[in-house]
Amino acid sequence: MIDINKIRKDFPVYSKQPNIVYLDSAASSLKVRSVIEQLDHYYQDLGVNVHRGAYELAYQTTMLFEDARQTVAKFIHADEEEIVFTRGATSALNMVAHAYRDILKPGDEIITSELEHHSSVLPWMIIAKQTGASLIYIPLTSSGRITVENFKSVLSDQTKVVALTHVSNVMGYLTPIAEITKLAHEKNAVVILDGAQSVPHMNVDVKLLDIDYLAFSGHKMFGPSGVGVLYGKKHLLNQLEPFEYGGEMADIVLKDSVTFKEAPMRLEAGTPVISGAIGLAAAIRYIDSIGLDNIHQHTRELQQYTLEKLKQIEGVTIYNESAENPVITFNIDNVHPHDIATLLDQNHVNVRAGHHCAQLITRFLGVSSTLRASFHVYNNKQDCDAFINAVIAAKNFFLAF
Amino acid sequence: MNIEHLYRQVIMDHYKSPKNKGIVADNSYMTVHLNNPSCGDEMTVQVKVQDHIITDVKHQGTGCSICCSSASVMSVTLKDHTIVEAQAILHEFYELIKGYPFNQEILTGDAIVYQGVSQFPARVKCATLAWKAAEQAIIKIKEGKTNG
Repeated sequence: MIDINKIRKDFPVYSKQPNIVYLDSAASSLKVRSVIEQLDHYYQDLGVNVHRGAYELAYQTTMLFEDARQTVAKFIHADEEEIVFTRGATSALNMVAHAYRDILKPGDEIITSELEHHSSVLPWMIIAKQTGASLIYIPLTSSGRITVENFKSVLSDQTKVVALTHVSNVMGYLTPIAEITKLAHEKNAVVILDGAQSVPHMNVDVKLLDIDYLAFSGHKMFGPSGVGVLYGKKHLLNQLEPFEYGGEMADIVLKDSVTFKEAPMRLEAGTPVISGAIGLAAAIRYIDSIGLDNIHQHTRELQQYTLEKLKQIEGVTIYNESAENPVITFNIDNVHPHDIATLLDQNHVNVRAGHHCAQLITRFLGVSSTLRASFHVYNNKQDCDAFINAVIAAKNFFLAF
Repeated sequence: MNIEHLYRQVIMDHYKSPKNKGIVADNSYMTVHLNNPSCGDEMTVQVKVQDHIITDVKHQGTGCSICCSSASVMSVTLKDHTIVEAQAILHEFYELIKGYPFNQEILTGDAIVYQGVSQFPARVKCATLAWKAAEQAIIKIKEGKTNG
């Protein structure tokens, strides 16, 4: 069992905003004190660049930065050389897609899904247009799930890329990615996994899943914004055409030619997000200190507790009761989500209203927007009760007109 | 922030019983379609001008109560004004939405109730979407553009 009162004390925002009922962690999590302290440590005590300087401060900073890489690698069961620090998951996914602009040919097929966040589907939509490759969508089940059977129905000898979300940011569904990857590899296709929603909530073992690339962000797992990770199998990262050229990524530079360093350096042009990387490592240490399984068990309990109460409110439509991730997406009859969100905010309940940067799945649901409540380790049953009471109050408010 | 300042009875009345709703297939109207990409709201506004006077305004869209009611109020507010007057009214409406002082002789009627929106920054886009569409339609008409 985890001690929620103790955990809440680790998140300084609660001391400034004691009334906040924060249920928008799928957009961005709250930030933990040890991360903020680590950022402070870098800016207060170090403040210099990595890899370049031949002086004590630079050694210390480089060591901290490379330790962070090691921490991230261990967290997802990768090797250090397979971890590229990026600006975020979006940046990581774009880096991979960009490199395939010179690889894909007309007739090649890219498999994706309507469950994707825009950052997972838009880069491939553009690359498909530029290369003449086709973008193929996995048919979803009636409830909006990706299944292995449905994946098989679109997999072909032309499939070169499979770009999928591990967990949908709207539906919270877990993609059966291990089986899909096995099938994709039989066709020699590469698998790019958007782990922005899964990595903060469940153990993601890149070796076990055998995926080729994984992208995730720091800010959804108590870490800083502005940092993310691209994992790639070593031999693939070393073939990937860099998205940016600049400092510390080149090996030998002549007037008309250049060779690049080995991964990950070849993909980290310029001064990296130093504070972000060491902040992310602090976030991972925090997660490890609680345990992902404990976090998941706790948030699943809150999700089930809230679902049971939400289901009893007349006029509520829930779109994802069977979600594996702690996300509840819903609407209230005859009231626009944005109107509800404003009313919830009156009771300090923070949820998301809109299409959640995933217009395809919102359209699949047949609506223009939805409400989404998402949970993380710092939430408690009082949050759930406050949420339910605020939903009832909001519904009654609009019924009164 | 007082929720009663945002959701006024007048606003909810326009939401439930909008005026001038429904667009027409008529080329004498200038048509502008706008989205609010962050929330999925969309709004089509049609403006008809004869001899520099706005003789009709139509709107059709999906969105929250603030967005849809505001389209209805906009249509009522701009109708029968010259395009020069309409542009002055638009300016005063944006001032009101930002919570700034506005000219109460230029901006009159139901539009005044949107004053409360300034306390809810997240809803400013909702309240102004239809007005922005009307503004673009008027600019296009002034520039002598036609539909398509």
